Amino acid sequence: MNKLLAEEIYYDMVLGRTFELAAKEHYMGGDIAGFLHLDIGQEGFSVAAMKAFDKGDVFTTYREHVMAIARGMDPKDVMAELFGKAAGISRGRGGSMHLFDPSHFFYGGDAIVGGQIPNAVGCAYARKYQGREDGVMVVFGDGATNGGAFFESINNASTQKLPLLFLCENNGYAIGTKITRVAPFEKQAKKAEPYMITREVDGMDALAVYESVREAQSLIQDGHGPVFLEAMTCRYEGHSVADANTYRSKEEMQICKGKDSIDRMEQLLLSQYGITPDAIKTIQKRAQNCVDEAVAFAASAVEPELAELYEDIFAERKNHAVS
Amino acid sequence: MLYREALNKAIDKTMEMDETVVVLGEDVGLYGGSYRVTEGLVAKYGERRLIDTPIAELSIVGNAVGMAIGGLRPVAEIMTANFGLLAFDQIINHMAKYRYMSAGKITLPMVVRFPQGVSRQLAAQHSESYEQMLSAVPGLTVLAASDVNYAYHALQFAIMSDDPIIFIEHELLYNKKGDIDFETAIDPLKARVVKEGQDMTIVSYLKMLDDVMEAVPEIEKQLGKSCEVIDLCSLNPIDYETLETSLKKTGAIVVVEEDHKTGGFGSQIVSWAAEEMFYSLDAPPLRLAGEDVPIPYNRTLELASIPTPEKIAEKIMAWGNKNGL
Ligand SMILES: Cc1ncc(C[n+]2csc(CCOP(=O)(O)OP(=O)(O)O)c2C)c(N)n1
Ligand SMILES: [Mg+2]
Repeated sequence: MNKLLAEEIYYDMVLGRTFELAAKEHYMGGDIAGFLHLDIGQEGFSVAAMKAFDKGDVFTTYREHVMAIARGMDPKDVMAELFGKAAGISRGRGGSMHLFDPSHFFYGGDAIVGGQIPNAVGCAYARKYQGREDGVMVVFGDGATNGGAFFESINNASTQKLPLLFLCENNGYAIGTKITRVAPFEKQAKKAEPYMITREVDGMDALAVYESVREAQSLIQDGHGPVFLEAMTCRYEGHSVADANTYRSKEEMQICKGKDSIDRMEQLLLSQYGITPDAIKTIQKRAQNCVDEAVAFAASAVEPELAELYEDIFAERKNHAVS
Repeated sequence: MLYREALNKAIDKTMEMDETVVVLGEDVGLYGGSYRVTEGLVAKYGERRLIDTPIAELSIVGNAVGMAIGGLRPVAEIMTANFGLLAFDQIINHMAKYRYMSAGKITLPMVVRFPQGVSRQLAAQHSESYEQMLSAVPGLTVLAASDVNYAYHALQFAIMSDDPIIFIEHELLYNKKGDIDFETAIDPLKARVVKEGQDMTIVSYLKMLDDVMEAVPEIEKQLGKSCEVIDLCSLNPIDYETLETSLKKTGAIVVVEEDHKTGGFGSQIVSWAAEEMFYSLDAPPLRLAGEDVPIPYNRTLELASIPTPEKIAEKIMAWGNKNGL
């Protein structure tokens, strides 16, 4: 990886964490409500995956702020969405869990666990149909691999040899339930093994995630059909801000935080890319400024008009008479 | 006592009494339930009876059907009604129909708990109500708990009943306070007159009942009339008898529900009133319901999408004035 890209990834990771911390603060302060699922701890995974899969379509879950920003959405528009403002990326109607931006080939922001996976299969079919090569990436958690939508999707995508990357973010938990209590094994790639090429990567190592996603993307583009890539990650916070995170021991949290992807990336930049501590500080400052601006923008943005309640329910209704 | 504690107590009591009662659902065991309804039960009854399931709603209800066939009394928890949609095949094709299709040879003593409704800014995929679909399925008994006492008694009834029961809870009611009357038995299939009155009957259920009660003093003051308020409690079967008695007295009916208006449950009550009570009515029935839109995240829009105490008061007063009530 070249220095520029490494720096860019690092910046987006720091930006992601700074953004999430600000979101948490403003949730506590009452500016943000509903469910707020923070990606703190998983920034390396989220950013690297988006940077690597820079072309092609992305489908993901409710834990998607960092991905959305790394994908190219303006942090201002994302923060404004969290604040429920009209300037938000979903005009304040979607909130934290429903960020959509087709201009960046980013299709949510889906809060029904596993629900986005069959949609990604369909989109991959469309891309194959259109002869477009970039393929589709669908991100989901370990918990989502226990549902029917996932199993149906690996079967369909594999049978039809679709250009689809199944990217599993395995943080070991679905809310408070440890994956090994609801699945017979810790690593979920096993489920996909009979159907497709599977790979595993350390999700706390941004560079490794980047390389693995790149490799997987080239495989799905070569007509191999789908690939399943599993990234082992760790979320530092509760499932959402409302979750007290009492089901994990101090030791477990310590081990988990010891692998911090931002720290690791920083060390790498210092030791291998010849980036100076001052330059690191500058990057951090830049991220902080960006988030401060996003918060200021969101705070001063206007509320949606009441009439918006009824907008965007249907495409424009034309005269339906047919002859 | 809180509503969620009353539900907990009801489950606890039936589990203690009857060891065929088991609970299954996402995070119901060690975590204690995402709304803390099953808190503490795993310590008492173990993981054999409090089953933490994968995120697989079709299986939660499907397995419960099989458990019931196999001789258990499962209480399945759906974390939020919207996720329950994944289980609708099992609910409608299996749970509701086995008894009839088997000429009564199969009995399904089971409950599916459905937390639903507009909570606080959970947006379109976490805010819906499905009583309109569930109450339209022959073979299902659908109960809706709007207060602590009913929650306690009706959930016990549901668990010990030999029929498959959908037990609807509202997410904003979990921390509602109230007392349980342990001495007085209730019939969970009967509607409850929450407040007596002479001039109009206001029918509601779940969270909207509280909003109606909040609106009533203003309505009575402004119109100079008294309102009778009825909590339906059971949405299928519907206790038309209680409604009829009230309507014969008041001659006017309002139905208030949170759900989207088109096809909403309240239309059943209004259609009954039009068909059966026409000559007792002094005014056209009034239906207050949510807008026909997905639920938005923004708080102002969210509140604009459903009835609130202020809107309920305002609309009932306008209707009352227009119709000389
Ligand atoms: C169909 C469905 N069932 C249940 C839920 C509630 N829920 C939201 S997130 C979640 C856990 C998901 O865990 P996982 O897939 O591992 O993703 P993570 O949150 O760990 O990133 C659950 C049970 C839901 N949103 N959708
Ligand atoms: Mg997980």
